[in-house]
Order: sequence, then structure tokens, then C-alpha cells
Amino acid sequence: MGRRFVMALAGNPNSGKTTIFNQLTGARQQVGNYPGVTLEKKEGISSRGGDEIQVVDLPGTYSLTAYSQEERVARQFIIEEKPDVVVDVVDTSNLERNLYLAVQLMELGVPVVLAFNMSDMAESRGLEFDVDAMSRLMGVPIVPTEGHRGKGIDEMVAAARKAAATACRPAEIRYGADLEQSIKRIVAQLNGQMPQMPTPQQRWTAIKLLENDAEVLATVKTATVQALVRKEQTRLEAVLGDSPEMLVADGRYGFISGVCQETVRSTVEARHTASDRIDEIVIHRFWGLPIFLGLMYGVFWLTFTVGMPPMEWIEGAFGWLSETVSRLWPAGSESLLLSLLVDGVIAGVGGVLVFLPNILLLFLAIAILEDSGYLARAAFIMDRLMHKIGLHGKSFIPMLTGLGCSIPAIMATRTLESRRDRLTTMLVVPLVSCGARLPIYALIIPAFFPQAWRAPMLWIIYVIGIALAILCAKLLRVTLFRGETVPFVMELPPYRLPTLKGIWIHMWDRGGAYLKKAGTVILAISIVLWALTTFPQLKDVEESLSAEAQQAEVLAHTTAGRIGHALEPVIRPLGFDWRIGTAMIGAFAAKEVFVAQLGIVYSVGEADEESEPLREKLRNNYTPLVGLCIMLFMLISAPCMATIAVTRRESNSWGWALFQLAGLTLLAYVVTLVVYQAGSWLGWGI
Amino acid sequence: MMHDVVRRPLSCVLPGSTVRLRGIRAGRELATRLSAMGFVPGEMLHVQCNARSGPLVVAVKGCRMILGRGMADKIAVE
Repeated sequence: MGRRFVMALAGNPNSGKTTIFNQLTGARQQVGNYPGVTLEKKEGISSRGGDEIQVVDLPGTYSLTAYSQEERVARQFIIEEKPDVVVDVVDTSNLERNLYLAVQLMELGVPVVLAFNMSDMAESRGLEFDVDAMSRLMGVPIVPTEGHRGKGIDEMVAAARKAAATACRPAEIRYGADLEQSIKRIVAQLNGQMPQMPTPQQRWTAIKLLENDAEVLATVKTATVQALVRKEQTRLEAVLGDSPEMLVADGRYGFISGVCQETVRSTVEARHTASDRIDEIVIHRFWGLPIFLGLMYGVFWLTFTVGMPPMEWIEGAFGWLSETVSRLWPAGSESLLLSLLVDGVIAGVGGVLVFLPNILLLFLAIAILEDSGYLARAAFIMDRLMHKIGLHGKSFIPMLTGLGCSIPAIMATRTLESRRDRLTTMLVVPLVSCGARLPIYALIIPAFFPQAWRAPMLWIIYVIGIALAILCAKLLRVTLFRGETVPFVMELPPYRLPTLKGIWIHMWDRGGAYLKKAGTVILAISIVLWALTTFPQLKDVEESLSAEAQQAEVLAHTTAGRIGHALEPVIRPLGFDWRIGTAMIGAFAAKEVFVAQLGIVYSVGEADEESEPLREKLRNNYTPLVGLCIMLFMLISAPCMATIAVTRRESNSWGWALFQLAGLTLLAYVVTLVVYQAGSWLGWGI
Repeated sequence: MMHDVVRRPLSCVLPGSTVRLRGIRAGRELATRLSAMGFVPGEMLHVQCNARSGPLVVAVKGCRMILGRGMADKIAVE
């Protein structure tokens, strides 16, 4: 065999494909309990049972039409790349709906193996299957699997190998006399016009033409076929009273219920599952929203109160480290290398790493929300509000994902059907405060606000972000993206107890990315910023000045000082000085850099004996009002470079990316200006 | 046989009741998407959640679906 054995994993959203993919390849792709976690196809290599298998995880789809991006990706891969076998991962607790995709795969004429996944869940719902009989009726091999426990995976691989080698013939779905007549006529016409097309594909093409599939219609350009298709469609609508699409869907479901009637036995009539009972409260008309806000508050309370002690340990460790490093140099010998290490690397990178515990806790909380299935509930609760602004509940899922990081959130907008909705959501997502901004709040809030106010303050900042996102979406919908709201339909997955392993993977993948960023990007930028804050050096300082004034003069002479001072007229009205100005510029590379740069600015050139923690320096230099304004500005302003790049990629236009950059920066400026000026005038927190 | 079953939109079905889907009054794309999710004529729908405003939760083929109100207006049931 010249080429590797290629196995594609297809299946409904949230059927557990990615869990099986991870089991097969040892990869650690994201999983979660809401539809639309896998958006792009992902590939991996598995060496189960002998030679290598190239495994391709396709995005979850309900069918193989050409209507949504995920479906197109999945279908194109199967038709064009011709994998040796397609394993359809079937959520057996939802058998009929899941088999709809299986039937379509069978029609495509590729070797299909069904993995009956989550059989434990189906069992608990009192469902019993006669797998052998079902396999016989459908003409495809069926293997029971339990993805999260790794059960049945080897058997699945073996069945896939066999199916690929023997080219088994799946059962043909019959659509009833009228439809079959139309199919036959179209096939005959295709045979005459395009004789090179293989026979099974002709039948599939005919069905797709009847279903008005845009992509298939485009491949069949001959006018005679198109005319015939239109004629048959009108005939069917007249005879049967439904659109051909509906009739085809009906035929497929008819076949499925025929199979299920003979092979599935339901032992208990479980109407009200535990999941439904929880939902009676969680998505309640009145309680839903308070519960959502309360859960969010809990998340921030957790990041602050639980995160504080380990944060202080790490802070202490870095303090000790910088003292130890300083002691390596004899007192009085002011070495540049020492300054680089202590003021640049330790103050910069260390300043960011200090917040790792808070970040991990935030990611832990998000992972629990994702894996339990709550995200889909949040979409339900927010739909009423989202509807008022011209979006629907589904747009809220990317926004919540944005609590972790804006980049996957912007990618998650792919699940939105209309381009208008997609662009609107994409442009406002950065307003939802991401994990990289948490260190800024975690630095500022304890510096200016008493203990009792810390968790509420953080919560307020996040709520302001979400509220602004919603407001801006509304603004966009009544100006640039006017139009009707697209109907909302989404699956509500049953609650699932998150597994420790799943949460661990989620938390560490994201936490690891934070660590990696600190060790690479932030380190590099810290060194650059240190250099900018050190050079050019001022040689003679007025000895008569106080130590503080001397330090200020030295800093003002450096590149960063000059840039900052040039900026000052612009940012002065916001209450910011030149130090904050340079930190804000650095933050465009990555939001955490803001914290790093403040650490650097406040440690370069400082007299060694008064080495107080950064927070105290901030408290001595700024008012609580300025603290609040810093947080507001960092919350709203220019998203980081990576976000702009991803917006450019997903919107396919630099225009929208730059619009996002400019719009958010302007909004940040205006909001902060109003808050600072009003606050100063009223005498708040000065 | 008496045929006095009333056709009405899904959006005005009380929570807790089970109704039969009759038709979807929507564009091709949407109708196809819905049918793939199990909303085909003749199917039984169990309305689980339906407040006076906001989305509905409907069980179809053993699976819970969130349907926007606008969407539910377009689905005829009896």
C-alpha cells in the first residue's frame, strides 16, 4: 500500500467524536458539552492495531447539506479526499436523530462504520439495542464504544480496517413511489449527459438535485438536467403537498424509524430526566438570569479569594529571587546586566507569572461551565435579551468563550449562520474581558480597593464588558448590519458531570499557553521594554535634587520616557501619566505586558533600599479613580495583535480588523474620559 | 372521522403538551436544517418550556432543542 490508511470521524455535534479522536491519537483536542466545539477538521496519527492510521476529526454536523460552513467542510473532505473509511460517531441516547447523518453517509457510497457511542448513557435511559440486527438491516458494521472510557476503540479500528478493505454495500434507502420515479428519471438523464459518473454517485446526485443542493446544482450545468429537476420538483410538490427537501428528509427518517422499530427496545418511559428537572430551575423565566449572574459572581469570587494566597507565595518567591540575584553583585557596582535581570526579566515576566493561580482558577471555572453543558443554557437565558439587540442566543456562546481568550471566541462565531450575525459578534467579542486582562485587574484592584470590594469590583468590570459588547452589537445592528434576525435553533445537551481528566486538560492547556506566552512573547517584550526604559542613559544628574526627582529625570531621558511624555497630552485627560502610556502601548502586543511594563518602569533606577511591592508604588502614585480608569481602558481598548489578526482571517478583510481596532480604542478613550472627568468633578476616589 | 384538530403555531402551545408537527413555513435553507434535526411532518413534539416571551425548549426524537420564538411561529402543529 502506497498511502496511509485514512479514517474520517464524522458525527453530530456533541456526539463525542473528539473524545474518540483524542483516544485514538493521544491528542488533547478541546472537548466540551455544547454543540460546535470542533470547527475545523483536525488530523492526527494513530498506530492502533498495526500500521499507521491517519485520523481526521471532522466538524460536527446534523446532515451533509451545503448550508453551513461546518457541513461544507465535512462534505468536501469526504467527497474530494475520499477517505478509506468514514466512522460515524453516533450518540445512542439520541439514536434516530444521529442516524440521519449515517444514512446520508451511506448514500454517499463511502465505506461507513457506525460507532455507537455513549452506550452507557443510553442504557441509563432504558434503551436496549439489537446491534446485530440493526447492522444487518442497515448493511453497515456497528461497534459499541464508550469514548470517555476508551472502550471499544480497538474493535472500532478493526471494523474500520475491514470495511475499507472489503467495500461492503450499505442498504439503499427507498423514498416511496413518487420520489423514486423522479430519481429514476433524473438518473436516466444524468446517464445520458454525464456517462463518466459512477452509478452510486448518480443516484446521490439525483437526490441532492431534488433537495436543491446549491453545490451539486453548480456541478451539473446542463440545462436539460436542470429543467428536468425543476419539473420533477413541481410535480412532487403538487402530488405530495410538501417541498422535495421535506419529502427526502421524511424518507430518510422513515427508513430510520423502520430500523429502530425492529431493533430498539425502550424499557423505561423516562420523560422527565434529571437534566430536565435541573433545567426547570436553571432556565426558569425569572430565576434564569439571576442564577447566571450569580454563577459568574461565584467564578470571580473564586479567582480572587482562593487565588490570593498562592499568588502571594509566588510574589514572595520572585521577591526573594530578585534579592538573591542582586546580592551576586557587590553593592555600589551598578551593572547593566543586573538591571536587565532584576528590573527587566524578573519584574516583567515575574510580574505576569504571579497571576498564574488566578488564571488557572478562571480557566477551571470556565472548563466546568463548558463540560457540564451550562453554556447552552446561558444561550437560552440570554436569547430574550440578545433578541432585543438583533442577535440570538447562539451569539452568546462565543462571548462566554471570550472570557478565556478572544481568539477561540472569534473562531467560534463560525457556528452562526448569517454573515451579519457573525461579523457583529466577532467585532464585539473583544469587549468580553479575556484571561490575559485578568492580571491587570488582579494587580490594580487590591492596590486600591478594600478586601470586601475586590470580588464585586472584578465582577462589575466583567459585567461592564459584556454590557458594552451587547450595546455595541445593538449599535452595529441598527447601523452597519441592518436586517432581520436569523431564526434560532440549537441543541440543548443533557447535563453531564464533568470528568476530572477533561477539566484538567482544559485548565492546563490554557494555563500552559499562558505560561508559554510568559516565557516567550512576554519575556522578549519585557527585554525590549526594559531597554527602552533604560536607554539612552542620562549621564549627569543634578545631585542637588531629591532621589525621587533624580529618578524621574533619568527616566524622562529614556526612549520610553520620551514616547510616554509625547503621549501625555492625549492621555492626561484620562488621568494617566506617561508610565501608564508606555504600558498601554506594550499591551497591544499582549495584554499581560501592561503589568510587566508597570513592573519595569517602577523598578528601573529605583533606590535599592526602598524596594516595596509594585502595588504599594501604585497606591502611592495614583488615586483609586485612576485605578478604575486603567481597568476600564484596558477592558475596552484595542484588542491584542493576535485578536486583530484572527478577525482579519475570519472576516477575510483587513477593513473589519482595522475597524475593530479603531472603534474599540475610540470607545475606550471616550468611556474612560467621561468616567475620569465626571469622577474628578464629583470628587470620587481622589 | 372528525377532523376538528386545529392548526396553530408551535409558539402558542402550552408547556407540557405534546403536539404533532404539520408543516414548516420557512425558506428552503431553514426548512432543510430543521428537518435534519428531526423536525419532519408527522413528528411528535413535546413542548417543555414556553414562557410568554423568549425561546422555547422542545423535545424532538428524544432530544432537547432550543427554538427561538420567531422560529416557533413558523412551525405549524396540531
